[in-house]
Amino acid sequence: MRHRNLAIAALAIAIPVVAPAQDAPSADTVKRGEYLVTTSACHDCHTPFKMGDNGPEWDMERALSGHPESEVITEGAALSGPWAAASSMTNTAWSGPWGVSFTANLTPDPETGVLRDYSEEQFVQAMRTGRHLGQGRPILPPMPWPVYGQMTDQDLGAIYVYLRQIPPVRNKVPQPLPPAAQSN
Amino acid sequence: MFAFRLPAPFRMPWRPAIAAAAAAVGIGLLLHLAPERLVGQSRAATLGAPADLAATGLYSDPAAQTVDPAHIAFAPQYPLWTDGALKRRWISLPPGTAIDATDTDIWNFPVGTRLWKEFSFDGRKVETRYMERQADGSWLFATYGWSADGQTAPLVSERGRANAYPLAGGAAHAIPGVADCRVCHLSGPVAVLGFGARQLATDEPAAGPGDGAPNPVLRKLAADGLLAGLDPRAIAARPGGTRLERAALGYLHGNCGHCHNAQGPLAKLGLDLRQSAADPHAGPKATTLGVPLKSPPPGLAPGTVARVAPGRPDLSALPQRMASRWPLLQMPPLGTALADAEAVEMINRWIAETETGSAGDRHQEGEEG
Repeated sequence: MRHRNLAIAALAIAIPVVAPAQDAPSADTVKRGEYLVTTSACHDCHTPFKMGDNGPEWDMERALSGHPESEVITEGAALSGPWAAASSMTNTAWSGPWGVSFTANLTPDPETGVLRDYSEEQFVQAMRTGRHLGQGRPILPPMPWPVYGQMTDQDLGAIYVYLRQIPPVRNKVPQPLPPAAQSN
Repeated sequence: MFAFRLPAPFRMPWRPAIAAAAAAVGIGLLLHLAPERLVGQSRAATLGAPADLAATGLYSDPAAQTVDPAHIAFAPQYPLWTDGALKRRWISLPPGTAIDATDTDIWNFPVGTRLWKEFSFDGRKVETRYMERQADGSWLFATYGWSADGQTAPLVSERGRANAYPLAGGAAHAIPGVADCRVCHLSGPVAVLGFGARQLATDEPAAGPGDGAPNPVLRKLAADGLLAGLDPRAIAARPGGTRLERAALGYLHGNCGHCHNAQGPLAKLGLDLRQSAADPHAGPKATTLGVPLKSPPPGLAPGTVARVAPGRPDLSALPQRMASRWPLLQMPPLGTALADAEAVEMINRWIAETETGSAGDRHQEGEEG
């Protein structure tokens, strides 16, 4: 078996892989996606904040990897008066009337990245409908999908393409917490 | 911790939840606040929809609301639960055409096919949904909302209408938007969900007069020349299993199989509840019994590890999701505001009587959508 694997590996090295043109995203598409991600506030919630010399700043070593699994939160914020929502110090956990939501890991980590099961079409539909996979459970606040859902298919596709080729970060984001009074 | 007043970019998504106060999360209202532009591709699905129900051709006498006798009234044997609504359904094929039923499980409807489904609560018509096959093969989806006096039914906005009719416990029936129509009708191999070989079969023949031959509805449609190429075995077929198993898996076919099937965008989940005519129970059982959860949704009971844990309904995710109306756990995720308590009880009985299958430790890919 080992010899056969070696042989396959050798073949893989010897034969140049030519991907079909339609499977390889263009550099322009990736660049467009990067531009949109960096100017459309994706990092604000999906890249954890850390405290730097000048106050809170994005921890780019964990860029777009969502709420850190090491930051364990077990209950929502206690709010009163006019306050309706609160966020964690990392700006990746949000508490409000819907319970507690944790921002998703948008990196292409094969085990913990939320987009691992999304096709580009499903990603576009998720932004249009506000539902996971474009048809499942609702995407929770404060994800502003009604804003991003107004982008063109091309721009949303570029975002998807860009997110699928950024450095993967292994980080298992916890499931949302229900509102305190919620019963199933 | 940072605490915020509502920053402008984030107001829209969860303002309805706040309005609903702590008693209800209200996430389901989000779709209805979405601006017109959000429906994007789905807009095309309503272009050309008649302005009112009468103009779709449902009635031969609109003033008397007499349904055109040329239309075929039908009822699926495993209907979709819609908060207890009573429904009436009709299909119309263009004259001289037939449904291509060569593939027993994937019928191809001729251009010009029209279907209607009327929803009533407490004896009052609330909405009538409409589908029509277009010349390019796509489907037009539209919904018509009835006036309180039941006299007029104008076209509803493609965004749908929340609070269309009050239900128990402060819930409300919502008329779906076109995006929701597309989610359910375009997530499998056939857009028509209630008019197919499995839904028109008669798994449990009614007692009484009759010749005893199976599947009388299918047999008549084929005899009338409306089902071209239908395999005679589909007409003669009788599913196996116990009556309870047929009822349970039939319910899942009618309520879940339009999204959870082996052909649509969720096929990667490996949850196939859409029945085949040749072997209706094989796929649903193989992809539920003992199949572990890879990414359990929030809110399941502790110890829940399988979609269906044979003999243990309390540790099975499927009935828990059916019974929940917390937006993150509930199934189906749209189209219903109240759980179907009788169905949950029936599914639980089936699971309790189900013995451990041979599903083993299959590893399923994807979120438990």
